[in-house]
Amino acid sequence: MSQPTGPSPAAIALNRFGLGARPDEALPSDPQRWLTDQFTHFDVRPAGFAALEDAGKAVAQYREAQQANRRLAMQATPAPEGAADAKSGLKAERKDFRQDVQELYRAGVQARADSALATEAPFVERMVHFWSNHFCISADNPRVTAFAAAFERDAIRPHVLGSFTDMMLAVEHHPAMLIYLNQVQSIGPDSPAAARNPDRKRGLNENLAREIMELHTLGVRSGYTQADVTEFARAMTGWSVDGLGGGRAAMGDPDGFAFRPAQHEPGVRTILGKRYAQDGEGQARAALLDFAHAPATATHVATKLARHFAGDEPAPALVARLADSFTSSKGHLPDVYRTLIASPEPWLPTAAKFKTPWEWTISSLRGVGHRAIGDIQIATLQTQLGQRVWKPGAPAGWDDVAASWAGSDALLRRVEIAQRLAAPLGERVDARVIAPKIMPALSAATASQIARSESPAGAIALMLVSPDFLRR
Amino acid sequence: MIARRQLLSAAAFGAGALFVSPSLALATVPTERRFVFIIQRGAADGLDVLRPTGDPAFAALRGGLIGDPAGTKLDAMFTLHPSLVEVGRMYGQGQALFVHAVASPYRDRSHFDGQNVLETGGTQPYAVRDGWLNRLVAMLPRASDEAIAIAPTVPAALRGSVQVASFAPSALPHAADDLMARVAALYDADPQLHPVWQAALETKGLAADAAAGQDPASLGRLTASFLTKPNGPRIAMLETLGWDTHSAQKGRLANQLKNLDAMLAAMRDGMGTAWATTTVLVATEFGRTAAVNGTGGTDHGTGSVAMLVGGAVKGGRVVADWPGLANGSLYQARDLRPTIALDTLIAGAAAESLALDPERVGRGLFAQATSARPMTGLIRA
Repeated sequence: MSQPTGPSPAAIALNRFGLGARPDEALPSDPQRWLTDQFTHFDVRPAGFAALEDAGKAVAQYREAQQANRRLAMQATPAPEGAADAKSGLKAERKDFRQDVQELYRAGVQARADSALATEAPFVERMVHFWSNHFCISADNPRVTAFAAAFERDAIRPHVLGSFTDMMLAVEHHPAMLIYLNQVQSIGPDSPAAARNPDRKRGLNENLAREIMELHTLGVRSGYTQADVTEFARAMTGWSVDGLGGGRAAMGDPDGFAFRPAQHEPGVRTILGKRYAQDGEGQARAALLDFAHAPATATHVATKLARHFAGDEPAPALVARLADSFTSSKGHLPDVYRTLIASPEPWLPTAAKFKTPWEWTISSLRGVGHRAIGDIQIATLQTQLGQRVWKPGAPAGWDDVAASWAGSDALLRRVEIAQRLAAPLGERVDARVIAPKIMPALSAATASQIARSESPAGAIALMLVSPDFLRR
Repeated sequence: MIARRQLLSAAAFGAGALFVSPSLALATVPTERRFVFIIQRGAADGLDVLRPTGDPAFAALRGGLIGDPAGTKLDAMFTLHPSLVEVGRMYGQGQALFVHAVASPYRDRSHFDGQNVLETGGTQPYAVRDGWLNRLVAMLPRASDEAIAIAPTVPAALRGSVQVASFAPSALPHAADDLMARVAALYDADPQLHPVWQAALETKGLAADAAAGQDPASLGRLTASFLTKPNGPRIAMLETLGWDTHSAQKGRLANQLKNLDAMLAAMRDGMGTAWATTTVLVATEFGRTAAVNGTGGTDHGTGSVAMLVGGAVKGGRVVADWPGLANGSLYQARDLRPTIALDTLIAGAAAESLALDPERVGRGLFAQATSARPMTGLIRA
């Protein structure tokens, strides 16, 4: 076997920093410059995302239909037929709502894939995917599903070239996150709302507070205690979604954040040794700002970034450099990206990362020349590959290490999907011509296997599952 | 239920009690023995799965979560959740055993760290790199093709030096033979991809006639179909998600347990006569708070319950060194206090299931936790 030479910096820019080379794309002459130039022409709100139906409206319509059915049910008692009507009405509404949000979800996934294929700023799009996974929601129930695409569009994309703090604040105020991690249900045990209705025994839910500290900001094992989590959860009470919850509260706009003072736990909170005397929404906000600027957060974010670009076990020097950059720029993300791009570690000419299913799918489609997703059902495809878009199933998001993706079944699936993606391309795409253009360092062995394949489609499939292409 | 002082004698079913039984040979595994590990990701609430209804503090803490019917009463202390119908039946037949107030060495409340400790067998998150189930496979004489993960990728507990297979049902059309052969040639010289691809091919062969459903019962049947193949694996791992019940726990946990019950029943039925030599261990990363939270759910806690089911299990009993749920007895005034180390259960159950030496398995699987001896007397000889 011939020893392949490593990929050039230009190929690394396209494949490791970007989303995969296109066959008709020239290699960038100044790879670093090519990356930083993208900061000026990133499309924050591409057409597909902009055209999505309004998630809040779908939720509001469902809420209204449910209320109408409940009124019907109450009027109908004790007449059993009427009650049965109302019950079947509720059931039908639920089914319609499920279908509506599935439609929204699929359209959102198509929009995400479309912008990844069409973009002229693939590095910035990659960062959207990175942050969307860092601050992930998991669309495992219909109400979260309704907001999944809107969450990435409205909380992540506008801030990907802004500050970490702003992105974090947008995330923690977004209905998708507030619903996903049960924050809308959390009520101060000594709040006026709890006192007004003592029989309902509503109270604290610390889910979002914990995941903010563990996953979004400070990182696990950074020194906070259970008491800090509970205190922060108390500070967070009242953070809710306009237009959700019972009674008059439900009349507002489900797209919007609402602070509900009556649900807020009164009093001064002490979190990580610091007192937060602010009353109301500002209390949790002040704590969040402190978290965002804490050294632990800089290290946590730097570690994940370094792992994403420089291998599963990134060099401590790179992590330290990125953390310094994060701290000195107060979380200004373009500065952190510039530090990353200027660092030597992500440019090492050995394949640093085993692509996740999403990365592999997008780079495959780009590699065979797609500039739009068309009628390829990307949500289904990602389910088959084991990485459902916006549904990691847990608030930690998807793993970013090879051991999570290079399983035997997963590999078999990629081969099967590659065959399916390649089938309609047939004679139109010649893998022998394309392979050297999109592979970072095409080995002689791969080139020869591709050339000897029994059909043009087989050659394309082989190219997409070659060891060279599975890694970036 | 077995009270605190009786724990020692209760565990002494087999010869040798807490000591190594001399009849157990080292690593000469009769291949008819099977061991399955099912992980419950998300921290399953042991206090709701196996309810200590005999504890005077229980009703006040948990009344709101108890539905009607209230479940199968196992003894004066414990009542099994009503969704676990088949497991209850197995208990009645002496094929199910519960270990309550159990926990891994992990004492914080991060799912991911907790799962890492549970799966690696370390005492700290990320302190051990490979999984205890992989190290267990390495102790078998025919290690190379002995284990399978019923999952698209290999979970942490099964990752390690021994190459294991993974398989998840898929509706995808199979790849053409020519493509498969060329892929094999391409991966031949790749140290990472070559063994993974070999495992994929072997599993594909074994799965040729397997059911393709992804529901819990189908996954149970699929697991059984692998485990009963003459040359198939003898160790399997399944993952179940969705145990993180921060809100509306009553309905959600009932559904989770119904699924688990269906999975276990399908596995039992699919194993046929091999069920008699099968042990299934079900465990979670940690438990949940003793009290119900403000949203009809429970938050991250510590002590939970683990189950052993299977024809090989010396079942029909609950092993617990019950700490009690009174305010002063709770761990950090909030969680069920763990009184049994999950490590000792895993090591004992795995060793006895596969007729390996428990001491040796305990050292190999949980090298960092040297204090506790593996539990014994869990499995029929």
